[in-house]
Amino acid sequence: MADIRYLAPHTLDEAVGAFAAAGSAARILAGGTDLLVQMRSGIVKPGVIVDIKKIAEMTAIEETADGGFRIGAATSGMALHDHPRFGKVWPGVLEAVNLIGSKQVQGRASAGGNLCNGSPAGDSVPAMIAAGAVVTIQGPNGRRELKVEEVPAGPGRTNLKPGEILVSFKLPPRPPGSGDAYLRMIPRTEMDIAVVGLGVSLTLKDGVCTAARVGLGAVAPTPLLVEAAAKALVGSKLDAAALEKAAEACRAACRPIDDKRGTIAYRIKTAGVLLKRTAAIAAKRATGK
Amino acid sequence: MNLVTNNKWIGQRTIRPDGMDKVTGRAQFAADMTMPGQIWGKVLRSPHPHARIRSIDTSKAEKLPGVKAVVTSKDIVDFPIEKGAVMLGIQDMRWMCRNVMARDKALFPGHPVAAVAATTEAIAAEACSLIEVDYEVLPWTIEIEDAIKPDAPVLHEFNKWEGKPSNIMGRLEHKKGDIAEGFKKADVVIERTFTTRPVHQGYIEPHACVISVAPDGKTTIWSSSQGQFMVRAMTAYLTGIPQSDIRAIPAEIGGGFGGKTIVYLEPLATLLAKKSGRPVKMVMTREEVMRATGPTSGSRSTVKIGATKDGRITAAHGTFYLQAGALPGSPIRGAAGCSFTPYDIPNLLSEGFDVCSNRSKVAAYRAPGAPIGAYAVECVMDEVAEALKMDPLDFRLKNGAKEGTKAAHGPTFPRIGYIETVEAAKASAHYAAPLGDGHGKPRGRGVASGFWFNAGGESSAQVNITEDGNVVVTTGHPDIGGSRAGIANICAELLGIDYKRVSVIIGDTQTIGFSNLTGGSRVLFASAMVVTQSTEKVIQTLRERAAKIWNIDPEAVKWDQGAAHPVSPNAGQFEPLTLKELADKAPTQGGPIGAGVQLNTTGADGGFGTHICDVEVDTELGIVRVIRYTAVQDVGRAIHPGYVEGQLQGGVAQGIGWALNEEYIYNKDGKVDNPGFLDYRMPVCSDLPMLDCIMVEVPNPKHPQGVKGVGEVPLVPVMAAVASAIYNALGIRFYSLPMSPPKVSAALDAGVKQAAE
Amino acid sequence: MAKIHVTTTINGEPVEYLCEPNDTMLDALRGPLGLTGSKEGCSSGDCGACSITVDDQLICSCLMLAAEAEGHEIRTIEGMADGEKLHPLQQKFLEQAALQCGICTSGMLVASDALLRRNPNPSEEEVRFWLAGNLCRCTGYDKIVRAVLETAAEMRDGIKEAAQ
Repeated sequence: MADIRYLAPHTLDEAVGAFAAAGSAARILAGGTDLLVQMRSGIVKPGVIVDIKKIAEMTAIEETADGGFRIGAATSGMALHDHPRFGKVWPGVLEAVNLIGSKQVQGRASAGGNLCNGSPAGDSVPAMIAAGAVVTIQGPNGRRELKVEEVPAGPGRTNLKPGEILVSFKLPPRPPGSGDAYLRMIPRTEMDIAVVGLGVSLTLKDGVCTAARVGLGAVAPTPLLVEAAAKALVGSKLDAAALEKAAEACRAACRPIDDKRGTIAYRIKTAGVLLKRTAAIAAKRATGK
Repeated sequence: MNLVTNNKWIGQRTIRPDGMDKVTGRAQFAADMTMPGQIWGKVLRSPHPHARIRSIDTSKAEKLPGVKAVVTSKDIVDFPIEKGAVMLGIQDMRWMCRNVMARDKALFPGHPVAAVAATTEAIAAEACSLIEVDYEVLPWTIEIEDAIKPDAPVLHEFNKWEGKPSNIMGRLEHKKGDIAEGFKKADVVIERTFTTRPVHQGYIEPHACVISVAPDGKTTIWSSSQGQFMVRAMTAYLTGIPQSDIRAIPAEIGGGFGGKTIVYLEPLATLLAKKSGRPVKMVMTREEVMRATGPTSGSRSTVKIGATKDGRITAAHGTFYLQAGALPGSPIRGAAGCSFTPYDIPNLLSEGFDVCSNRSKVAAYRAPGAPIGAYAVECVMDEVAEALKMDPLDFRLKNGAKEGTKAAHGPTFPRIGYIETVEAAKASAHYAAPLGDGHGKPRGRGVASGFWFNAGGESSAQVNITEDGNVVVTTGHPDIGGSRAGIANICAELLGIDYKRVSVIIGDTQTIGFSNLTGGSRVLFASAMVVTQSTEKVIQTLRERAAKIWNIDPEAVKWDQGAAHPVSPNAGQFEPLTLKELADKAPTQGGPIGAGVQLNTTGADGGFGTHICDVEVDTELGIVRVIRYTAVQDVGRAIHPGYVEGQLQGGVAQGIGWALNEEYIYNKDGKVDNPGFLDYRMPVCSDLPMLDCIMVEVPNPKHPQGVKGVGEVPLVPVMAAVASAIYNALGIRFYSLPMSPPKVSAALDAGVKQAAE
Repeated sequence: MAKIHVTTTINGEPVEYLCEPNDTMLDALRGPLGLTGSKEGCSSGDCGACSITVDDQLICSCLMLAAEAEGHEIRTIEGMADGEKLHPLQQKFLEQAALQCGICTSGMLVASDALLRRNPNPSEEEVRFWLAGNLCRCTGYDKIVRAVLETAAEMRDGIKEAAQ
C-alpha cells in the first residue's frame, strides 16, 4: 500500500516547501473537484496532498487600488459569485467560473484548479484569457507572473515548474465602455464538459470597438488566445461583416479532435457561432444595455 | 368482482409508507448495511472485448496479507450449453452462469473473470491486480451490421444460423393475414430503416450486497434487486446451496427500471463468504455499473406500412434486429410484439432477430424492446399520415385497436382504452395550444402512441391484525415506484379504516410466499389481488367473531367503516364492534386474526399511451430542447394518482434522454468510452419542462380495483414523439438515435448544402 | 499508513473520527460515523446523492477529503428535521410524491434547503438550474420542482404571518 500524507499548511512558504520537497508525487488540493475524481479512478496516486485552503491569500478576493481584482487561486466559484462587486465588473469571467460543474461543485471548485488541471475544456480559462488575466506563481525560487494563456502546456500539463504553486489571478482595471461574456456549447443545459467554450472581452467607444480579446477553449490541446479574431473586431462597429471575419478567425484557429463530446466539424462550426453570440452579449454589457 | 365505489382512500394522494424513512435518510439501501466481521469483495474484469481464457493463476493474490478468499468460474455451478436450457423466468441459467463469471471465454470488456474478498477494499483491489490471466485475444464485433456479416467473429461457435456459425441467436415472428396481398391494396406505402444505440437504465444506486454464510450453510443475503426470490433462486442455482437455506432480504432499491431483474454480485459474494467464513460486502462502482450491467439493446429496424387513400392501414411489415450483448436474450418479443399493437392491421408480419456481440449482456429496461420498435413504427405512422394529409391523431383513431381487435401476438382484445388515449390527446389543452414564438428557434409538435403487454403472475400476501387493532400487510415484490402506497390505500379502503393504521412491508424470502419479480408492470396489479383476497378473508373472520360475540349468524353481520354491524335492526340491536375491540377480544374469541393468499394472477390487460411533444431547435448549434410534454395513458384505475403520474413522468424523462443524448459510445478498442454520469448524458433537472399527465381510466374488469400496469408504457412512445416534433420543426426526420447536437447540426448543414446545389 | 484524527461538528454535535488521508468525507460519513443517509451514486460529483453542507456551503461529500472537515461545521440529511418535526421541504416531498425509489432524495432535500436559504423566492428556472447537479432517474423532476416551489411559497407566507 502506497503511503499518503495530507498536509494543510497555514502559510505559502510552508506549502511551497512541502510541495517542492515531495517532488512529482505531490498534488495541490484546492477545491479537489478534479483531484479527488482522478484519485478515485486511480489515474493519480499522490504521495502528498497539500491543501492550500488554510492559506489566507489563496482564498482572498481583493479589489486593488487601480480598480482591478486579485483573486486567490483557491477561491470557490460560489465565493466569487457572492462577492458584491466582482460580477458587476467581470460578468463574463464570473459566468465562466460559475459554469464549472454543479452548484455543489461551485462550493469547492476554483479558477486556479480549473487552470492547473490543464484541461483544454476548462470553462474559466477562455474567459480569463479574454480578460487579460495574469497569474502570480510562487515556487522555491520566489514569485513570478505569467499570462493565463501561457500556463497550459497541453492536456493535463502546465508550464508551472516543479514546486511552483499558482497563488492568484490579477485582473486589470476596466476602462469605461467595457464588457465581457462567456458562452459554451454543451449537449445538455448543465453538468457537461464544454464542447466549445468562448470568452470575449471588449471596449467600445462611440459604438466602435477599441479593444478586444477572444479566448477559445476545447478546440485544441490548450485554450487559445485568438488574436486574429480580436483584430477583426477592433476598429469595427461589430457589424455583421466584422463578426463574420472574427468568427472565421475562430474557426481557423481550431485544431480539434473527434471524441465522445463532439466532432471536428461540429466544434469548428460552433466556435464561429459562439463568437458572434458572445461578442453580442459583451457589447451589450459594454454599452450598459 | 368487488369494484369499490365512493372511495375514501383509493384514488387519494396518501403519504407513502416508506416515505418518512426516505426523507430523513433512515431508509436502508443495500450499500447502507454492514454485518459484524464483514470483509470486502472486488471483481477482476476482462480488459478485452473477446478473449479465450487459457489459464488463471490466483496464487499471488491468495498470498497477499488480508486476502481471505478468491473465486473463479471453477467455483460456480456450470450449466453446460449442450444439456439445453434451464429456465428461471425468462432467463436461461446457461447464460446467467457465464454472465456472472466468464468460463472459457471473456465476451466483453468488464466481464468478470475472478473475485476476491479481503479485509479492506484497497487490499481486495490490489489482490485483483495480482491475479494473472492468460488471455488469447480474439477478434471482436459490437455493432449489429458487423455482427451479422458472414465473416464476423462468432461469439458462440455452437450456434448455427442457416447452417453456419453465426451471431444470430434466434428469431421470433408474429403474423396475421398476408402482407403481400395487403400491400397490393395500399395507395401509399412507406418503408424506412432506423437505428438506436444501447442505453442504460441509469438507476442512481449501484448494485450492492452484503452476504453471510454460516458454517452450516445458512445464508443471509441483503441486497438491492427487483426480486428477492429471483436473487434466492439464481444464487441457489449458481452456488448449489438449497433455496431453503438462503434468506434473501430485499433492501430498499435505489432504482432498477428492469436492470436489477438479474444477479451480478450475489453468487460471487456468497461463494466468497462461504470460502472465507466472513460476511462479504460488494458494491459496484459507477464505472462497473456502466461497463458490466445491462444496458438495453442497440438496434436496427426496418418498418413498412401501407394504407389506402382514405387512411386505412392495409399491411405492415417490421424487422427488428436487437443486440443481445455477450449472451443470447435480447428483448425481441417487446419490439416485434408491441410495436404494431395499438393498431388494427389486417395483414402484418413482425419479425425479431436476437444478435450477440461483444458488449455487456442486455438487461430488461422499462417495456424491454417496445420503445425500440415503437420509435420505428410510430415515425413511419407519422410519415404515412403526412402522405395522406391526415392529422396524425386522426390517422391513429381511424386504425386504432379496440375491443374485438385481434392482436398479431395472440390475444383478441377485451375492452381496452387505446382509442380513449388518442381522443384525450386530441381534446387536450396542449394539442389545441399554438406552438408559440421561439424567437428565431423553430418549434414543432409530434405525437406517438405505445403499447406494453403488462404482466400478472405469482404474488403472495399476508394481512395480519395486530393485538392493538391495527394492520400489517406483507407482500413479496420490492417496491420501486410506490406500490406500498397503493396497497395501503386498498387495504384501508376495504377495512374502512384510516390508511395510516395500515403498515405495508416487503417480506424476505423466508417470511412471505413466492412472489415474482418487480417487472412487467405487474406489482400493483398482482399484489392488489392477493391483498384484496387476504383482507376479505380477514373481514370474514371479523364478521364471524362479532357474530359469535352477539350470538347471531355471521351472514347477519356486515363490515362497514372499520367495524362490525348487524346487517339490519332485524338481525339484532348491537353496538358496533370496531377492529380495535375485536382485536382486544381475539385471545378469548378464537385467537390471532390474519390471512394469507397466494395466487398466480391472470387478467393483466395491456396498457396504451399516446404522447404529445413540443420541441424548440437552436438551428445554429443543433440543440433540441423539449419545451412542453403531455403523456396520456389508460391507467385502468389510479389507486394512488401521485405515483401513477410519477411513473408517467419518469418514463417520459428517460425517453427524452434516449431520444436526445443518451448512448453508449465505444472506442476503437471496443470499450465503452463514456462509463460515467459525466458523459453518459441523462437528463438533468434544467433539461426538462414540467411533464403533464392525463390519466384515462378504463378499469380492468378482471381486477378487483380495475388496476392495469402503468410503469412501462410511458417510455414506449417518447422517442418517436420527439423525432416527429423535430421533423415538424425542421422538415428533417432523424432515422437514428440519439438526435444529439452534432447529428442535428450536420443534418441541417447537409440540407443547406443540398438546397444550394 | 497513519490515520488522521479529525475534530469537527456534524449536525450541531461535536464529533471526532479517524480517517485515511485519501478517504472522502462521504467515506467517513457512511463508514465510521454511520451516517448512511448520504448516498454514493458515482464518486465523481456528477449525481449529487451525497450532497451535504460545510459551513452552509453546498458540496458533494465525495469530492471532499474527510481530513478537510477539521474545525468546520457539517450538516447532512440526518440533521435536517428538528427532532420529530420535519423540515417543510421534507413534509412537502412526502405530500407531493416528490420521491420514488428515494436514493436521490437525501441529496435533493439538502440541495433544495441550501437553495431556499440563499433565495427564498426562486423561479422555476432557478430551481431547475440549482438542482441540475442532483440526478433523479425516477420522477422526471416534475414533482420535485413543484415541491420546492410550493415549500418556498409557504415558508415565505409563514414568515409574513409571523411578522404580522
